[in-house]
Amino acid sequence: MTTTTFNFKRVYVWELPVRMFHWITVFSTTILIITGFIIADPPAIQSNAEASNSYWFGLVRAIHFVTAYILIANLIFRIYWAFVGNQFANWRNFIPYTKKGIKNILYVLKVDIFLMPDKEHKLSNISIGHNYLAAFSYTIMTLFFILQTMTGLALIGDTSSWWLPKFFHFMVPLLGGDIVVRYVHHILTWLFMAFIVIHVYLVLYHDYVEARGEASAMISGFKFIRAERVDEKEEDIIEKAETQMWEGDKEE
Amino acid sequence: MIESKNKNETYLQAVLKKGYTRRDFMKFVTYMTAFMGFESTMIGQVAKALETKKRIPVIWEHFQECTGCSESFIRSDHPLAADLILDSISLDYTDTLMAAAGHNAEEAKQASMKENYGNYILVVEGAIPTKDDGVYCTIAGRTAVEILKESAKGAAAIITFGSCSAWGGIQAAYPNPTGSVPVDAIIKDKPIIRVPGCPPIGEVMTGVVVHYATFGTLPELDDMGRPKQFYGKRVHDSCYRRPYFDAGLFAETYDSEEAKKGYCLYKLGCRGPVTYNACGFMEWNNGVSYPIKSGYPCIGCSEKDFWDNGPFTERLENLPGFGIEATADKIGKIVVGAAVAGAAVHAVASNIAKRKELKTHEEKGILNEKHIKE
Repeated sequence: MTTTTFNFKRVYVWELPVRMFHWITVFSTTILIITGFIIADPPAIQSNAEASNSYWFGLVRAIHFVTAYILIANLIFRIYWAFVGNQFANWRNFIPYTKKGIKNILYVLKVDIFLMPDKEHKLSNISIGHNYLAAFSYTIMTLFFILQTMTGLALIGDTSSWWLPKFFHFMVPLLGGDIVVRYVHHILTWLFMAFIVIHVYLVLYHDYVEARGEASAMISGFKFIRAERVDEKEEDIIEKAETQMWEGDKEE
Repeated sequence: MIESKNKNETYLQAVLKKGYTRRDFMKFVTYMTAFMGFESTMIGQVAKALETKKRIPVIWEHFQECTGCSESFIRSDHPLAADLILDSISLDYTDTLMAAAGHNAEEAKQASMKENYGNYILVVEGAIPTKDDGVYCTIAGRTAVEILKESAKGAAAIITFGSCSAWGGIQAAYPNPTGSVPVDAIIKDKPIIRVPGCPPIGEVMTGVVVHYATFGTLPELDDMGRPKQFYGKRVHDSCYRRPYFDAGLFAETYDSEEAKKGYCLYKLGCRGPVTYNACGFMEWNNGVSYPIKSGYPCIGCSEKDFWDNGPFTERLENLPGFGIEATADKIGKIVVGAAVAGAAVHAVASNIAKRKELKTHEEKGILNEKHIKE
C-alpha cells in the first residue's frame, strides 16, 4: 500500500536564534503594549496610603523601559544574525530587490491575499522560508519599530543619565515638542497591534491551507517541504544550500 | 522716563537712586544668582558686575498680543526684578508702559536705537502677522514686520518673551487667519532667546538680562532655543505632586477629595510630563502657587503650538485631519477592528476559494488515516 499524499521532508528553516528572537519579540511587545496603555491611561486607584509607601505606577514605567531595552538589544542581535544566519535568516530575504522577489510578491498577493486560483501549480512559488511579501512587511515594521524606539528614547532622554536616550532627544525639536513625540509613540502602538492581528491571522491561514507546519515551525524550527524540492543525499542539500543560496529554487 | 536717565550709570547706582538700599540690592543679586542656576560662590561676581557695569538698554516691542506677558513681568516676585528693567536698567521703549506717546515715543525709540546701535537687547512680545503684507498689526502706520526688522537690525540679542513671539501663540493656532509667525521666522541673523509661556515667568527675562550684564554672553540655550536653567526640566519632573504619580494615585475630577489631597492630575489632562518650564520650582505671584498647586492641570502653555493640542482636560489630543472628536485611540480601535474584520472575511473567503485544495488534503489525509499500520 502506497500513501496517496505527497512525500514531505523535514527542513530546518528557523534556527534557534531566529526563534528566540521571535519569541522575545512576542513577549516584550506584549508587555510593552500592556504597560504602554497603562501609562497612557492609568486606572484611578484610590487609597488612603501615603504616596511614599507605594510605587506601582513607577514600577509599571520601569518595566516598560527595561522591556524596551531588551527589545532594542534583541533587534540589534537579529540584524547581526541577518548576516551570519542561514539562508532564510539572511537580510536579502527582507528586501524585494530582485526580479524573483517582486514576482513572488505578486504571486502571494494574487493567490493568498486575493485568493485567486493558482493555475500554474509551480512548487517554487511556495516559499520555504518567508514569502517576500511577509518578509517585506517585517522590514517595514522594523522601520516603524526604530521610529518607536527613537520617540520612546527621546521621551525619557531628558531624565535619563545615559548618553543613548540623551542622543535621541533631537527628536523633540524635530517633531516640535514632547507632546508630538508622545503622540507619535502612542499612534505607532496601534499600528503594531494591527500588524499583530494580520500577522497571526496569515500564519494560521498558511498553516490551514498549505498544511505543512507553518505555525509550529516557529517552535520546532522545522517546516515540511515536498520531497521533490530536496535533493536525495544530505551532503547535496548542504552543498546546494551553500552554493546556490540566492539563485532560487532549481527544481523545474 | 527716558530724559531722566543717566546713560552711564551702573545698575547699583540706578537702584540706589530709586530709593532701594544696598541690602535690597544684595538680596536681589542672591536671589537672581540662585534663579540663574549658579552656585552661591557666584553671588560676588554677579554683584560686582551689576555694581560696575553700565546698564544695558532694552527696547520692548509689542505686536499681536494680549499684554499678559507685560503684566506677568511687572508682577515679578522681587520688586527689584521689574524695577531693574522698567526703571533702572532702562526700558527705552515700550508702548504699553512708557510715559511718552505719539511722535515723541517713536522719536525716543529711534534715538535710543541709534545711540545704542549693536548694544541693546530687543524684547519682542506678540506674534507677527505676515498675510496681506502684514496689515493685521500696525503701529504708527507701519506694519509689525517692518518695525521688527528695523529694531532687530541693531540689537545685540532678541528675547522673544511669551509663547506668541516664541512659537506664534494663539493667533498662529489653526487656522491662523492672519498668517502669524514667531520672530525667528523673520529674523535669521540674530541670537534669539525663546522665553515661552502664556504668560512666561517674569524672572526668566530678568535672569537673561542679568546674565548678559554679568558675563557679556547669553545664557546656555537648549535645542529649542530656551535658556537651559529655566527650561531644562519638565514641569512634571519638578512637580510636588510627582510622588502621587509614581504611586499611581490619580485624581479623576477637579473637586474630588483626592485632588485636594494632592493626587496627581495626570488623568485630568495635565501636560506637565510634556512641558518644559520652571513653574514647579519658581512658582507664581511671589511664590504663592502655580496651576498644578492650585488644583488645575498644566495646559503646556510654554510648548510649541499648545493651542492646537487640545482639549486641555484630556490626556489625548485631537488627531489633525480626522474631525474634532477623533482621538488616536478611536482611530486605533477602528484600524485594529478593521484588521480583525478583514481577517475574518478573508478566513471565510479562503475556505471557499481554496475549497479544492482543502478537500484534497482532507481526502488524502483521511485515506492515509485508514491505512495506518499497527
